[in-house]
Amino acid sequence: MTDSFTQHSPHLANRHAAEIRFQWAGRVAIFLALAFLFVMIGSIFYKGTGAFWRTYVALDIDLSKDAIDPQDLAGASYGGLVKKALKAKFPDVKARRDRRKLYGLVSSDAAFALRKWAEENPAELGGVRKFWFVASDDVDVLRKGGIDVEGKESDRRVSDKELKWVATLAAEGRIEQRFNWAFFTSGDSREPELAGILSALVGSAWSLLVCFFLSFPVGIMAAIYLEEFSKKGWWSDLLEVNINNLAAVPSIVFGLLGLAIFLNTFGLPRSSPLVGGMVLALMTLPTIIIAARAALRAVPPSIREAALGIGASPLQSTFHHVLPLAMPGMLTGAIVGMARALGETAPLLMIGMVAFIADVPQSILEPATALPVQIFLWADSPERAFLEKASAAIIVLLFFLVVMNLIAIVLRRRMEQRF
Amino acid sequence: MSVSRAQGFDITHKRKLNIAALAVHGMMILSALVAVLVTVGIVFSLAFEAWLFFEKVSFWDFLFGTNWSPQTALRADQVGASGSFGAIPLITGTLLISFIAMAIATPIGLASAIYLAEYAQKQTRDVVKPLLEVLAGIPTVVYGFFAALTLAPFIRMTGEGAGLEVASESALAAGVAMGIMIVPLISSLSDDVINSVPQSLRDASLGMGATHSETIRKVILPAALPGIAGSLLLATSTAIGETMIVVMAAGLAANMTLNPLDSVTTITVQIVVLLTGDQEFDSAKTLSAFALGLLLFFATLALNVTALKIVKRFREQYD
Amino acid sequence: MAYALEKSDAAQLGPSEAVASDPALISAVDVDVFYGEKQALKGISLDVPEHRVTSLIGPSGCGKTTFLRCLNRMNDLIDVCRVEGEIKIAGQNIYAPEVDVVSLRAQVGMVFQKPNPFPKSIFENVAYGPRIHGLASKKSDLQGTVEASLKRAGLWEEVSDRLDHPATALSGGQQQRLCIARAIAVEPKVILMDEPCSALDPIATAHIEELIDELRQKFTIIIVTHSMQQAARVSQHTAFFHMGVLVEHGKTEQIFTTPNDERTESYITGRIG
Ligand SMILES: Nc1ncnc2c1ncn2[C@@H]1O[C@H](COP(=O)(O)OP(=O)(O)O)[C@@H](O)[C@H]1O
Ligand SMILES: [Mg+2]
Repeated sequence: MTDSFTQHSPHLANRHAAEIRFQWAGRVAIFLALAFLFVMIGSIFYKGTGAFWRTYVALDIDLSKDAIDPQDLAGASYGGLVKKALKAKFPDVKARRDRRKLYGLVSSDAAFALRKWAEENPAELGGVRKFWFVASDDVDVLRKGGIDVEGKESDRRVSDKELKWVATLAAEGRIEQRFNWAFFTSGDSREPELAGILSALVGSAWSLLVCFFLSFPVGIMAAIYLEEFSKKGWWSDLLEVNINNLAAVPSIVFGLLGLAIFLNTFGLPRSSPLVGGMVLALMTLPTIIIAARAALRAVPPSIREAALGIGASPLQSTFHHVLPLAMPGMLTGAIVGMARALGETAPLLMIGMVAFIADVPQSILEPATALPVQIFLWADSPERAFLEKASAAIIVLLFFLVVMNLIAIVLRRRMEQRF
Repeated sequence: MSVSRAQGFDITHKRKLNIAALAVHGMMILSALVAVLVTVGIVFSLAFEAWLFFEKVSFWDFLFGTNWSPQTALRADQVGASGSFGAIPLITGTLLISFIAMAIATPIGLASAIYLAEYAQKQTRDVVKPLLEVLAGIPTVVYGFFAALTLAPFIRMTGEGAGLEVASESALAAGVAMGIMIVPLISSLSDDVINSVPQSLRDASLGMGATHSETIRKVILPAALPGIAGSLLLATSTAIGETMIVVMAAGLAANMTLNPLDSVTTITVQIVVLLTGDQEFDSAKTLSAFALGLLLFFATLALNVTALKIVKRFREQYD
Repeated sequence: MAYALEKSDAAQLGPSEAVASDPALISAVDVDVFYGEKQALKGISLDVPEHRVTSLIGPSGCGKTTFLRCLNRMNDLIDVCRVEGEIKIAGQNIYAPEVDVVSLRAQVGMVFQKPNPFPKSIFENVAYGPRIHGLASKKSDLQGTVEASLKRAGLWEEVSDRLDHPATALSGGQQQRLCIARAIAVEPKVILMDEPCSALDPIATAHIEELIDELRQKFTIIIVTHSMQQAARVSQHTAFFHMGVLVEHGKTEQIFTTPNDERTESYITGRIG
C-alpha cells in the first residue's frame, strides 16, 4: 500500500472516473424518462388545445317573408338560405364543383342552427341578418395553421380557391375563433367540428359509478375479513396469493371474462356501462383490497384493545372503532383505483363499448362508450381534425386523473397527520 | 363456610345468537371469496371457449403453427376456407415488442432507481419520484396515441434519413413507448429493494475504501439481485399483457421477424381485432381470441407467481 | 482494583515503557464533531501509538464510535455530521482537501459491531478489497492474498475446504474473523474495530481477542469496547471518553490501576456507565 492518502495513481484515477460515469448514467436515465414524459404531454397539449376553440364564419342571411314564411317555419329551406348567402358573397363562383366546395365552407350544422334560431325568435324574422355559423373542419384546421398553404395544391385538403374565399372572408372580419363549448356539451359526430365528449364522459361516469358501488363495499369487506377475522392458514394464504395475482392479470383478460360471462352467459346488455362497470370493478378489486388492508393495518392496535377492553365484540370493535379510522385510507385506495379504471380501455373494447355513440346515455343499460375509448376511436380516424379532438379529449382525461389523484394525496396527508 | 354470590357479576351469560352479526360475517367471507371466484371465472370461461376452439382447430396447429390468417372465407369452397391459426408469429411479435420495451426500461429504470436510492438529495427524490409515478399513472391509450402519431412517424423519418427501410407501424415505436411506460414499475420496485439492503453492507464496503459505485455494483446490486429480478419479471408480464399501446401503434400483419423496424402484431392486438367489429358467434375466428387469451393468462400468471415468490423470499431474507 | 493485567502485556512491553515514548501514528488535535446542532465530541486531543492496541472505553453514547469513524472519515457518509480540528495519520492531515477518502480508507480499515460479511462466498469476501484496489494482478496472487489473510485471521483451518461456500452460513464468531480477514487483505496501516465482540459468545470473543493481540505486530489497532475486562486484556493503551470529552488516556495498566480522574475511577469501578 502507498503511504500517502493524496497520491493519485492512474488506477485510482480510473476508479474515480468510473464513479463519475456511473452517477451520470443515473442522471441521464432520469433525464430520458422525464424528457419522454414532457415531450409526450407537451405534444398532446400542443396538438389538443386548439380543439377548445373553433372557427365560425359570418354570413348575411335573407330572413324576408319570401325566404322564411313566419306561418310555416318548417317549410323553409334553411340549407338553401345558407347556400344563397354564400353564393351572394362570391357571385362569380359558377361551376358546380366549385359551388359545392363553396357550400362546404360552413358546417352541415349551419342549416339546423338557423332553423333553431328561427323557431326560437319568430318575432325577429324579416330583413337581412348577420349570423355566425360553425365553419367546416377544413376551414377550422386551416385557420389554426394545420395546413401547409405554401405546399402543392394537390398535397392538401384545401384548394387554392377555398384559400382565396377564406382569405376574403377573413379580411372582412367574417371569420372568428370562439370557445368551443360544444366540445363539452355534445356527443360524438361524424363531423369533426361538431363532435364532443359529453356522451363519452357520461358513459365513463356511469361505468365508474357501477364500478365504485361494486368494488368498494366488496373490497372493504374482503379486506376487513382478511385483516381482522381470518385465521392464518392455507385459506388466507390462498386468498392472499389470489389477490396479488389478480392485481397483475392483464386488463384485457378481464374484458374476455366480461364478454364470456356477463354478455354471453348472463345475457347482460352489450356496450352498456353496467357491464363496463362490472368488468372495471373486478379489475379494481385487488387494488382496493390491498389499499384497504394497509389502511386497517395502520390503525394502532391500542384502538382495538381499548374497544375490546370495554366489552365490545370483535365485530363492534371493527365496525365502530377501527373502520372509521381506516376509512380515509380506504377511500384513498378507492380513488386511486377509480383513477386507474377511468383510464382503462382494453377491457371495454372487449364488451363492445366501442361503438359510435352520439347520444348521451341516460342509464347504465343503454349503449355507451367511455372517454379513453373515444380517444382511441378518434385517434384511429383518418380525418386530421379528429386527431385534435383526440388530443383534447386526452387533456380532459388527464385533468380528471390529476384531480382524482390530488384528492387522494390530500386524503393521505390528512391521514398521516392523524396517526 | 358460606360464599356470598356477588350480585350482577354474571360472566357466564352467553350472548344471544346474533343474526345480524352472522350476516355480516357471511358477507365478509363472500366478499373475500369474490377474489377466488374471479380467478376461477377467468380460468373456466377462457378454458371453455378455448376448448370449443380446439374442437375446430388442433391444439398443436395452434401452438406451433407459423401462419396466422384467421379470416374465414365468404364461400365454403374458397381456398383456405377455414383460416389458419398458427400462433407462433403472434408469440414472436409479442416477444419482440416486449423485448424492445424491456431493453429500454431495464437500464433506464434500474439506473434511475440506483441514482434515486443512493445518490440523489432528498429534494431531488421528492421531485423526481412523483414525476416517475406520473408516468405510471398515464393511461396506456395516451401512450398508444403518442406512439402511433408522433413516435412512429419520427422513427420512420429518422430511419429513412439514415437509409433504412422502416414500416410505418414499426415494432420499435410501440416498444419504446411501452418501455417508458414500464420504467416506473421497475424503478419503484428496485428502489424499494435497494433501500432494503442493510446499511451494514454499505459500511463494510465503503469502510475498506471502495468507491460508492463499486459498492453499488459489487455489493448492493448482487445482494438486491433477487428483488430486482422479481421486478423485471413483473415488468415483462406487464409488457406482454399490454394492449392499447400495441393496438394503436403496432401492426396487424402477422410477420415473423426479429427486425424492430418491421411491423409485427401481438397476441393482445389480435384478441382486440378478433373481438371488435362484426363477430360471427362460435366461429373459429371468434373462439381463437379466447385461446389466445388463455395463452396470455397463463404466460403472465407464470411470470407473476414466480416474481412474487422471488420478491417475497428476498423480503424475508432481510427482515 | 479488580483487574489484573495479563502477564503477556507486562512481559512484552516492560514496565519502563511510557506512553510518551511510543511513537504516535495517529494524532488528533482539538477535534470537535457535530451532528447538526448537537455536539457529540468536544476538543478531543489524542495520540495513538503505532503497533499497539489502543482501546476506547466509556459509557454508551459518549462518542466512541463517533471518534472511531472520524479516523477513516466514515462520518463523511452522514449528511449532518461536521468534523472540526485536525487529525493526522503518519503526519498527514486526513481532512485536508487533497486527501482521497478512497485511499485513506484503504489504509485505515474498519471492523464493525455486527459481523457484516457480504452475501458472497468466503473467498469473494476476502478477495473483495484486493480486487477493487487492484492489488493482485494475477489469480494466483489473489489466492495467495486470500489464504494469507485468512491464516492471519485464524480462520484458514476452519474454512480452507469450503472457500466457495456462502459467508453468511458461517457462525457469528467465524463471520467476524472473516470480516477481519477482509479488512487485513488490503494491508491497511490501521484497523479500527467498533465493539467487534459485542455480538459474540465468550468463546468466539476469546478467539478474536487472541487474534487482536497477534495482529498488533503488523497493524495499529484501535478498538472500541464496552467491556473493561476486554480493554484490560487486549490493549496497551486506553482512552476514557465521557459525554463527548476525552477524560483521560494513558497506558492501560495505569488507567485501570491509578486513574487520575475521578470520573474514570467511577466508571471502572462500575459507578457510572
Ligand atoms: N448519525 C447520527 N446522527 C445524530 N446523532 C448521532 C448520530 N450518531 C451518533 N449520534 C449521537 O452522538 C453521540 C455519540 O454517539 P456514539 O459515537 O455512537 O456513542 P458510543 O459509540 O460511544 O455509544 C450520541 O449522543 C448519539 O446520539
Ligand atoms: Mg458505539
